[in-house]
Formats: sequence, C-alpha cells, structure tokens
Amino acid sequence: MSAIIELAGVRKTYRSGSVEFEALRGIDTTVTSGEYVAVIGPSGSGKSTLMNLLGCLDVPTEGRYVLAGDDTSSLDETALAAIRNRRIGFVFQQFHLLASMTALRNVELPLVYAGVSRAERRDRAAAALARVGLAERLDHRPGELSGGQQQRVAVARALVTEPALLLADEPTGNLDSRSTHDVLGLFDELHAAGRTIVLITHEPDVAARAGRNLVIDDGLITEDRLTAGVGAR
Amino acid sequence: MSWWETFRSGFAAIRSHRLRSSLTVLGIVIGISSVILTVGLGQGAQQEVEDQIDALGSNLLIVSPGSTTDSSGNRGGFGSASTLTYADATAIADTDVVPDAAAVAPTTSSSVSLVNGDTNWTTSLVGTTTAWLDVRSRELSAGRFFTAEEAAQGSPVAVIGADTASELFDRQTPVGQTVTVNGTRLTVIGVLTSSGASSTGTSEDDQAVVPVGTASRLTGSTSDTVATIYVEAVSEESLAAAYQEVQALLANRHGVTTAEADFSISTQDSLVETANETNRTFTVLLGGVAGISLLVGGIGVMNIMLVSVTERIREIGLRKALGAAPNVIRRQFLVEASLLGLTGGIVGVLIGVVGAQVLPHFIDQAVAISALATVAALATSLALGVGFGVYPASRAARLTPIDALRSE
Repeated sequence: MSAIIELAGVRKTYRSGSVEFEALRGIDTTVTSGEYVAVIGPSGSGKSTLMNLLGCLDVPTEGRYVLAGDDTSSLDETALAAIRNRRIGFVFQQFHLLASMTALRNVELPLVYAGVSRAERRDRAAAALARVGLAERLDHRPGELSGGQQQRVAVARALVTEPALLLADEPTGNLDSRSTHDVLGLFDELHAAGRTIVLITHEPDVAARAGRNLVIDDGLITEDRLTAGVGAR
Repeated sequence: MSWWETFRSGFAAIRSHRLRSSLTVLGIVIGISSVILTVGLGQGAQQEVEDQIDALGSNLLIVSPGSTTDSSGNRGGFGSASTLTYADATAIADTDVVPDAAAVAPTTSSSVSLVNGDTNWTTSLVGTTTAWLDVRSRELSAGRFFTAEEAAQGSPVAVIGADTASELFDRQTPVGQTVTVNGTRLTVIGVLTSSGASSTGTSEDDQAVVPVGTASRLTGSTSDTVATIYVEAVSEESLAAAYQEVQALLANRHGVTTAEADFSISTQDSLVETANETNRTFTVLLGGVAGISLLVGGIGVMNIMLVSVTERIREIGLRKALGAAPNVIRRQFLVEASLLGLTGGIVGVLIGVVGAQVLPHFIDQAVAISALATVAALATSLALGVGFGVYPASRAARLTPIDALRSE
C-alpha cells in the first residue's frame, strides 16, 4: 500500500499581533491508499487546522506534508490550487453548492478548472451524480433538493476528478439522522471501492464507521487506533 | 479555465443580479451616450458651418471694408463709412493688374420692403453685377439672371431667392410678375435655386438681387461704396496669388500699407477656422462634462464589483478550494467588470445614435455621429470596466480560501 498522506513534524502557529497560538504542535502520521480514517477531537483541539493543511487550503508553519508523492510545504497559491483540483475532493459541512447552478453544473465545476472539454465534463459529471444515486436530479438546483441530496451532490463533485484523497469536514453535521445514514452509507461504499477517505468529526458514532481513528487534543495526536468499523482491514 | 468559460460565468453572474447590474450599467450608458451626442453636436455644427461657407462659392475671396487685426475682428470703417467703392471692384476686374481673379462681384446690401398686391415682405436688397451668379456659385430654378446691358442701364428687374418667392407669390409663378419697392415697380425675371444654407445671419434664400444701379436708385444712395467685393480666383491653386494681388492693388489705391489696411480680405478657410474655433470650445466643454459623468459611471462599476466580491466571498472560497488559481478568480471578476462596462458602452452608443436621429427634430441643429467617436466610446467603456475592475478583482484573488469559506 502506497502512502497518500505523509505528515512529518507538522506545526501550525497563528499569530495575532504579538500573541502566538500553536494550533498544531508536531503531527507525524501516514495514511495509506484505501484507508478510511476519522479524525476526532473536541473543538479547539486543532482538527480543523489539520483539515485545512490536509486539504492544501493552508500551509504548515513548520514540517513536511507530502500528498500522493508531492511535497506541498513550499508551494505557492497557484500550485496549491492545482493540487487541490487534481488530488483532493472536498465535502463540507455546509455543502457549499452554488445556488444559481444545476446539480450537473455544480459537479462540473472542478473539471472546468481542470480544463476538461465540455462534452467530457458533462459525461463525467453525470456519471458521478449517477454514482451517488442522483441520476434523475441532474437539472435540479440545490434549493430544490433535500439536505441529504445536496450533500450527495457535493460528494459527486468531490469524486468527479478521481482524486487521491476524499476529505470530508463534518459531512453529516447539518443532516438529519436519515440523511446521515445515507451519506455515511455512501462513504462506506466508496471505501469498499478502494477510495482513501479522511473524515473530520466530533461524533463518536460517525467515527466508529471508519477503520482507523486519530484522536487530536491540544495540537497533538493523542491516540491512533484501529476500530471494528466497516473500514477495518 | 478557458476564456469562453470565463465569459459564460461572467454573463451568468451579471444575469443573476439583473436590477443591480442594469443600475450599474446605467451610469456608463449615460456617460457614453452624452459623450457621443455632445461630440456629434459639435461635429454637426462644424459640418453645418462648413456647408454654409462652401455655399458662398468656390475659390472665393471676400473683401470687406475695415481692417482686421491679428485675431480680434474688424477695426474701424465698418458700418460708419465703407471704404470700398465700385471703382475698386472695377480695378480688381482688370486682368492685367489682377491676373488670378476670374470674376469680380461687388455687392451693396440694404433692407427693403417688397410689395406684391397686399403682400408685404421685408428682405435684403443686393445690388451687384452679372458676375454675381457665377462668383457665388448660384443657380436659377426659373427665369434668367439680368444681362450686362440691364446691369449697365440699371433696369428695373430683380432675381429673387426661393424663400422670398414663396413668401410673396405663394404658389403663383413669380417670373414675369412685378413687385413694388419704395414705389418703383420691378419685374421678377428669375428665381434662385435654394442653397439650403444661411451664412452670417442672413438667409441665402431670402433676398432680391438687382443691378447695382437699380439698387442705389431704389435706396436713394448717392455714394458708390459697396458692402462687399467677392473675387473668384481662377483656380484653387491661384487663390493665394489672387489674395496678394488684390491686397496690393487695394492698398495702393487707398494709399495705405498692407499693415494698416482699411479693408480686409478673408477666404473660406479663414471663415471656417474662426467658426470652428468657437465650436471646438463648446465641444470640449460639453465633452468634458460628459467625460466626468463617464468617470462617475466607472466608479459605480468599481463600487458594485466590490459589493459583489464581498457578497460572493463564500463562492470565491469554494471555487478556490475546487482548484481555481488566484489568476483565474482575478480574470473572472475582471471579465465581469468589463462586460458591465462594454454593455453600458453598447447601450450608450445605441442611445446616442437614436438620439442623433431624434434630437434634430427638437433643436435646430444637426448631430453627426462619427464612426471614430463610436469606436472610441466603446473602447473607453471597456477600458473603464477593466480599469475600475482591477482593484475589486485583485481583492477577490487575494482572499485565502479558508477565510472565504468560513465567512458567514
């Protein structure tokens, strides 16, 4: 199994005026291809900061982050944008779909930035939506879909570029229990199909579905355990 | 992301805020249409003046009494005592002295009342010679001009302008009719073709042209002074030579040096130049005001783009997270601002062109829309969009994706 994520001595310090705040104080870990990892921890533990670094939305103050073989530590914003586009699929708590666009156009968006031709974009986006069970909803706008359906559109958008890493930040935080079940079921399927998933959550029962749990507290990994979830290997 | 995609996305963003976009565009529309119209008015006025001056005749020198200082018009003579005489005109007509003059027409001018039955019409009475018709490049729509013989005898004949004819005779045929001036009966022998222009305040279509002798008899004038001597040069090339010859001759005859001459000679070019100077001042002034409104329109675009960046901060964050590089975001907002500017420009040009058709019905002034002004207006509107879009666009580009995504 090849390593998708390698973190070595990663620190992140925020500076606000003369006050320094160390959100991450030295993270070392590796996630290999096909793993389903849940990052858990109380709020303020640093898990959101870790998520931003893993998603290349931010860069570490110190240390090394290698994503699918690319060292991202020293890249500029343009290069990071390209990495995000090709390697990472994001699923956010607030879905972050563009309200003025149809489901299909929303899913096409990462492919637009990847420079994929229109016809190919349409086919791939439609396939991704079919994959999450929304083949009948291509032309619906987000406002015409339920929360669970919207999050599935977001998952389709995350999958459409065939990224090395699916990164989900509290994906069920805004969903009712039925939709939560739906979306987590979808993640289980994706994991079974060989996807690498990193999921940030504070809900223990969500974390329990993953095969491996990383517990973060006060900027450090305090526990790294395998679970009996569907993601267990 | 291709340019085509960027344009599509820009159009979509503008369409999704129709009211706001159209209000923003309105500023540019007003600016561009007023620039087009003011420049058009200026050029229309200029064209009109040039037409009027062209209508005077071709290769024409206009000799007037009174001297001209460097730039400030006439000095002395004019109105009080004319220093030009019929004999001056005869002297100029001597081809040995002034070889470059093809024809000379001295004219006197006075205001008289023409009477036809119970119709009374005040017009200007022009006393001149047979050369007048050619020198002034006029044609007759009916009848004939007076002959050299009639001119020499001071026969009671008159050639009248088209407007004068319709005022006095309505729909009757003027030729052959008689009009009474100060108790003397004149036979109308010809009607001038309408020149469609007026110069120096008097209509070229409202006048009665009679032999010089007839005019002085009618007005009871005993002096042989004339108001203006029109000299037609042999050709356009000889105009300058004719100018020199006439100037030298008259200075000699009047016993003055050319520097302190008691007459002035103007050409069509110098008349056009003077008229255009006034027009230019107005055009620049009005154009300046219109330009300021255009600037205000541009600031409106910037304002709305800044609002748009703030409003769509999460969208920007999302697009960045999905792989939009800062340049792509910058380009997207620039294209949007340019589209706003260009849309305003196109609508403004349309309104300007329509206005140029409609406006002359309300004000007595032609409006000329030049292709150059139109293209320049479109380019300016585009430049305004780009120029005022740069700052909002780079603000959007600089947003960090996390901050943008997290903002509520």
